[in-house]
Order: sequence, then C-alpha cells, then structure tokens
Amino acid sequence: MTDASMQTPETGRHSVSLTATDAHTRKRANAEKRFRAYGIAAIATGLFFLVVLFTSILSEGIPAFKRTVISVDFTLTEAQRTEAEGELFKTKAYSNLFIAALKSELDERGLNVAVDEAAIERLLGKVGGTIRTFYSDNPDKIGEPVAFDLTASSRVDGYFKGRVSRDTMQDSRFLQKSDLDLVDALEEAGIVKQAFNWPFITGADSGVDNPGGAGIGASVVGSFFMMLVVLGLSLPIGVAASIYLEEFAPQNRFTDLIEVNISNLAAVPSIVFGILGLAVFIQFMHLPQSAPLVGGLVLTLMTLPTIIISTRASLKAVPPSIRDAALGVGASKMQAVFHHVLPLAAPGILTGTIIGLAQALGETAPLLLIGMVGFVARGYPDGFLAGFTEPNSAMPAQIYTWAARADVGFYEKAWGGIIILLIFLLSMNIIAIILRRRFERRW
Amino acid sequence: MPILWLFLIVIAIAAVGYVLGRSRALQSAGGDSRNLHSLPTFYGANVALKTVVPAFGLLIIWLLAQPLYVNSQISGMIPDTAIKEGSSHSLVMAEVRRTADGLDNAVAQGQIAETEARDAQADAADMTQRLKDAGQVVTSEITQPVLRAAQGYRVMTASGYKIMSIAVIVVAIAGAVFSLFQTHSEYRARNVVEQGIRILLLGAASIAILTTVGIVLSLVFNTWEFFKLYPATDFFFGKTWAPSFSGRGGSSSLGILPLLWGTFYISLVALLVAVPIGLFAAIYLSEYASPKVRAFAKPLLEVLAGIPTIVYGLFALLTVGPLLLSVFGDDGLGWMKAGTAVMTAGLVMGIMLIPFVSSLSDDIINAVPQAMRDGSYGLGATQSETIRQVVLPAALPGIVGAILLAASRAIGETMIVVLGAGAAARLSLNPFEAMTTVTAKIVSQLTGDADFASPEALVAFALGMTLFILTLGLNIFALYIVRKYREQYE
Repeated sequence: MTDASMQTPETGRHSVSLTATDAHTRKRANAEKRFRAYGIAAIATGLFFLVVLFTSILSEGIPAFKRTVISVDFTLTEAQRTEAEGELFKTKAYSNLFIAALKSELDERGLNVAVDEAAIERLLGKVGGTIRTFYSDNPDKIGEPVAFDLTASSRVDGYFKGRVSRDTMQDSRFLQKSDLDLVDALEEAGIVKQAFNWPFITGADSGVDNPGGAGIGASVVGSFFMMLVVLGLSLPIGVAASIYLEEFAPQNRFTDLIEVNISNLAAVPSIVFGILGLAVFIQFMHLPQSAPLVGGLVLTLMTLPTIIISTRASLKAVPPSIRDAALGVGASKMQAVFHHVLPLAAPGILTGTIIGLAQALGETAPLLLIGMVGFVARGYPDGFLAGFTEPNSAMPAQIYTWAARADVGFYEKAWGGIIILLIFLLSMNIIAIILRRRFERRW
Repeated sequence: MPILWLFLIVIAIAAVGYVLGRSRALQSAGGDSRNLHSLPTFYGANVALKTVVPAFGLLIIWLLAQPLYVNSQISGMIPDTAIKEGSSHSLVMAEVRRTADGLDNAVAQGQIAETEARDAQADAADMTQRLKDAGQVVTSEITQPVLRAAQGYRVMTASGYKIMSIAVIVVAIAGAVFSLFQTHSEYRARNVVEQGIRILLLGAASIAILTTVGIVLSLVFNTWEFFKLYPATDFFFGKTWAPSFSGRGGSSSLGILPLLWGTFYISLVALLVAVPIGLFAAIYLSEYASPKVRAFAKPLLEVLAGIPTIVYGLFALLTVGPLLLSVFGDDGLGWMKAGTAVMTAGLVMGIMLIPFVSSLSDDIINAVPQAMRDGSYGLGATQSETIRQVVLPAALPGIVGAILLAASRAIGETMIVVLGAGAAARLSLNPFEAMTTVTAKIVSQLTGDADFASPEALVAFALGMTLFILTLGLNIFALYIVRKYREQYE
C-alpha cells in the first residue's frame, strides 16, 4: 500500500510533512478517544451508583444497631413491694418508686431538674409495668440492687442520633422540649447511654407507634423456615428435572414444551408467582395464610427455573468421556449418571442452588400477596413444626412494612434490616464463590 | 401434625421393605449374588419404590380432592334462605370454614369439649359466645345453619383424614407385600427400578409445565369472574382508576390505561438510564478493557444485579426521592411536589437494570467472530470505527433482544414502584409527577382487607393477566431474536 502511494506522488497532499498528522486523522483519533471515554464514563457511573447505594445503606443503617438506654440502679425492698402490690394502681406505684430512685441518683450528682411521671412516661414508656414484671419473674432479686437498662423512646433515641433537634421539634404527646433538659441532665449524669441494640436483632415487630421496640429477629426466623422449604423442594426437584432434560430426554415435542416453559418461567415477573400462590395455595387448597410453608412453596416455584438452568450447565460441563467410560465397564445409563456424572457436577449444582436461594431470600412482592407482611411477625414460633405453619413474615417483607409506615423512626429500622439482609446474602454468595473456587474442575 | 406422622410411617414401611426385599432376593439366589439378575440393592429399591410412590401419590391426590368434595357436600347443606342480603354463597362458606377452625382450636385448647362441639342441638348464640370466650376469631353472630354446616364440615373433614390415613398405610403395605412376592432371582429388578426412576425424573421436569398451567388457570379463572362483575371494555379502555373501598362494586372505576401509561413511562425512563450506560460499559469491558480491569469491574457491576429489589425500593423512597426533590422541588426548579415520582422510580430501576443490559450485551458482543474485527482493522479502521461500523451492526439483533428482556424486567418490577413511584394513577406527561403501575396496583388491591369476591380484589387478577401476557410476549420475542442471532454465528 505504501509502495503504491509512493509511486504515484500527489503534489498537493505532500505539502504537509508525512510525520505530522493531518486534520482528518486527528479527527479520527479524537473520535477514538471520545468513544473510549464514553465507555470509561459508563463504567464509572455504574460503580458510582454502587458506591452511593452502599454509602447510604451503611450511613443510614448503622444507627439502627445502637440504642439509647437509661440505666438506673434500683433496689426494691420487700416492704416496698407489699405496699405497691396493695395499691389500686400497681404499676403507677412501681413507677413512682422508680422516679424516686432516679431523682436520688440525680441529686447525688448535684443535678437539679424536675422529674415528673408524665415526662418519664414520654422518655421510657410504661416503666412501672416493666419493673413489676421483672420482680414477679425474679422474686429472689428483691432487696438486692438491680441495674435496669431501659430502652428510651424512639424520639429520645432520635435526639441522640440527630433525627430530632431542639430547634425543629414540636411539643407533642410523644416528647416535649422540657423533656430534652431532663435528657441532657441524665446524659451528664451518665445515666443515659448508647448501647448495642440487641433487641433489634432478636426482637419481633412492634406496633405502628413504637419504632423503638421493633426488631427483625422473628422475620429472620420466618425467612429461615421459608428457605428450608425452598431448599428441601427445589434442590431435589431441580436436580431431577435437569438430569432428565440433560441425560435422558428424547428429542420430541414434549421435551421442547418443557424447555420453553422453563425459559419463560425464568422471566415471569415475581408478582405473578404471588398471584399463583394466592389463587392455588390459599384460595384453592386452603393452606394457612401468612405461613412460611406457603411462602416457601411460592419461592420454590420461582427459583426452580434458576436452579434447573445452572444445574444443566454443570451437568453439561462434565465431559462425555466420563459417561462413555462408565458405560464401557458395564454400568447402566442410570448408574453412569448417578454414580459418576452427578458427583462430578455436585459443586456446580450446589453453587447454583445457593445463588438461587439467595435470590429467593431477597424476594418481596410474592410474599406480600400471600399475607406475609411485616406486622404478622409478632413473635417467635412455638416450635420447629409450628415454624412452618404459624403466621410469620420474612426479612424483605418486614423491611417493606417498616418503609411503608408513617413514623420516621421506622426508616432507620428498615435500613438496619437491609444491612442484616445483605449480610445474609453476602455470606451465601461468598460460600458459593468458595465452593466454586475449591471444587470446580476444568476439564 | 398427623400428615407428618403418616409420612414417617410410610417411609418406615419402605425402609423395612428395602431390607426384606434385599434379603429375600439373596435368599432366592442361595446367598450368592452372582445368581441374581440384578444387584441385591435393586431388589430392595424395587420394594421401597413400590411402597412409597403409590402411597404418596394417593396422599397428594386425597389432600387435593378432599377439600373440594367436603365443600361441595357442605354447600348443599346451606339453604338459600341462610344467605343474607348482600352476601354470597362463597362468603357463607368462608364463614363456615372459619367457624369450623374456631371450633377445632377451641377443642384443642380444651375450652370446649369434643361432644359439645359436635352437639347437633347446640344453640348458635351460645356457641358464638363460647367461641369468643375461647379467643377465637368468629363473625359477630353465627347463625344456626352456619353452625350446623360447620359441625358437619368438621365431622366430614376429620373422618376424611382418618380414612385417608388408613388408605395410605394400606396402599403402602400392599405395595410392599406385592413387590416382595415378585422378588426372586429371575426378576429384572434393575430394569423396573430404572424405569421407575426415569418416570419420577420426567415428573419433576413436568413441574415447569404444571406451574405454567397453574399460573394461567388461576389468572384466567379469576379474570373471568372479574369480567362477570365489571365490563371488559370499561377495564381495557377506561381512563380513570378509582377503586372504592367501602361499597361492593358499582362505584369503582377500574380503567387500566393510566396504569399501563405509568408502567410504560417508568420503564422508558429506566431504559433511558440503563441502555446507554449498560451498552457502553459492555463495549468497554469486551473491547477495550485489560483483563485486570475486566476482572475488577465486571463482578462489581454485577453486584448491582444481586441486590434485592426491596433495597432499591428503599433507596428510591429515602435517598433518591428526597435528593431529586431538593433539586427539582419547590426549593429548586419547582417541578416536583413529592419525592415519589416517575423520575425517582425510573432512575432507580435504571440503576438496577445496568448490569442486566451490560452482561447480556457483553455476551453478545463477545460472540461476534474475531475475523470480522480483524478484517476491519486490516482495512485501516480504528478500534472505535470497527466497533461502531462492524461489531455493533453485527450484534444489533442480539442487543435489541437484550433490551427487550430488560424492558420486560422493568414492566414486571414491583418493589421499586410500590415504594418509589407513588400511588396516584394519572395520565400525565410530567415525569416529576407521581404515577402508579400495574404491579403496584396488584399489590395494593390484594393486600387490603377487600373481600375476594369483590371486583376491587378480582381486578388484580385481570391486571396480573395483562402483565403476564405482556411480559410473556416480550420474552418470547426477545428470546426468538437472540436465538436467531446466535445461530447466525455458530
């Protein structure tokens, strides 16, 4: 090419040196650079969104793991107890005793603020009831000093986390400005502290006006039982279906029908599976509403296509020579598959199953339709079997319920719930990756 | 849980059958397994299979059929006079079931004796009070026919389960005994067992078909019910969506057009975000990036795909919505009134779809043969010219397929729009206004307290049907294009 152009010199074009780039080439080179920059910008935008997402999850969610507690050393004598039990309003008597204890502790440190019963109720809820229950459960503690760690109300909690501020807050029946003076004094005395929020991790959902008491524990249990159902059904069914399709199915219309169905089911919106669950499992079969069993069945149908697709891929990855060798030494086709192909494909199948389970764990929409909304998760199930049939919620549905509530205090819980959900998902995915790294065989 | 016990009993019979079958086969061969047709374990498996499969088959069929049979028997017991004005047969049946459950629970707690619960002379008012005392959720006043029907329901259900347990155990034992008699050294146990396992595998594969059939039937049946109560033309061409929550039909207008518009508008915004970013990311990753960058950026982008949609929903509601509001709201440009809007949901959904578009396009771009690129370079084209004029046109059908798949994902997405798009159904062009979608309305119509027989609840099935057909059509079309394209270069 260069020779050809040299033999036919064009006088006009050679006015510029050969080593300098002409305008056209520069334009092309610039277009090249721009195009490359678009690509880098696209990836950078994607990663930027990822970073923003995780920053907002972490910054909004971490406060949910801290709670504000008011810890008071309190001693109840036998005489005080008899007296309180003799009164008409027993819990009120207990809370008066508590206020007296709090006051003396404040006086001891030389802090002088007004403590009245209404303010304490706004700060701590019904203290008297809590104390009375404690002593009727632990009568042997009477007469000894007991350190009570009482959870402060969500507004007080919000005051420490910056959600509620002195300038913007309005006096309401939940919190008044004068209460904040008391809170400040209590903080100075070291009575108000920040502690790790165990009740959030172990607790159950609370009422709509008590964000402070809401916990995710019960719905974690609900999710756990659902995952047991999904694992117990979708792994055997999915593996069986894949073995059939990959190893035994003849090429005919029925096989084609199954294949088309599987690939379409994989793309059906999850909410449609919820409708299926509602119509078939609840309306038609009358299975209990809001039960993890039903949720598990719906999610099984939803994850089956995922598991079948990944299982078929790992069965396909086992080279035919393995089958041929097995058949050659006299194994039947069934024996070749079950004794040789399946064990070799097992790591891939497990990986696919774990990823399918992780997908099912984060699914929300179908659960809402079968009644597994957050507010049914009011406590732990009574036993292992009851865990499948008693109404419960699941982690993502619980997060949705919190996000849909009006009280801002629940938003923090929702973010916190997401952190816990993501921890579960992350660990499942890490296990899957480790399994793949460890056992995957390249043929 | 008696069904669990039944399950365990059948398994135990099968286990015993396995051992007996194996030893019987060995015995008939004089203790030398070389004289047997199959390996001894196959004889055991033969007995176990013939015990378990018929017994569990019967169990499942019985569990499905019994409620249907009992319901039809009991509904015959309820006279038409017992159905109150404004109520329906199915509502009364629901009441009967609730009463029966209440009686069951009360008996289980020991609040009501079994004989009292069955007492045909029991007074309805008295029973209502006692059930309420026992903490059972019952309707305000159980009428006499309902109580009788509930008692009949309990008796039939209980005796049905008793007969079922006996029948299942008998079938299991019969299967075991029959196959034990079959067992002798000439019996072709391996062939029979393998054929049986093959049929079981086929059954497992057929569950995909059953699921589709289940989806279609449950949608069609309920949609049919809905169109009996509400005219189909009003549903498909109605321009207002305003379900009433108090009355029973009549006052609701349930037009799908505003919902479809919201769905398409939000999906459009999502695709406008996801397609350019996803496509350019895919081009860069497959054509420019060094293996190191690729190994780093690709998995990170795919993390976006692994995040549950509820997280995106919350992100839209609490982070993106307020952020957009501070720019476009009353403090800024004044276009936006609330954080929930088409823009909020569309933007977040677009973020969710980026990895979906990018990894599908990545696969497709990688499938374009290297020879085509080399030819283009040989003619002196730069890398970007090659991509724009050779690789992308060659990959175009596949990329269109990927975009259609992403669109079907966007249409079916639920949690982001439930939390991020608002609840008001309107036909508007302003992307900063709140709109709602088909999926969001399915959730809101089916999670309330509405009665299942009302058009307000049944409309959700018609919406589901529309959604199903829409996404199915898109998927089939997209898969067709992708497959066609793949064949071109293979």
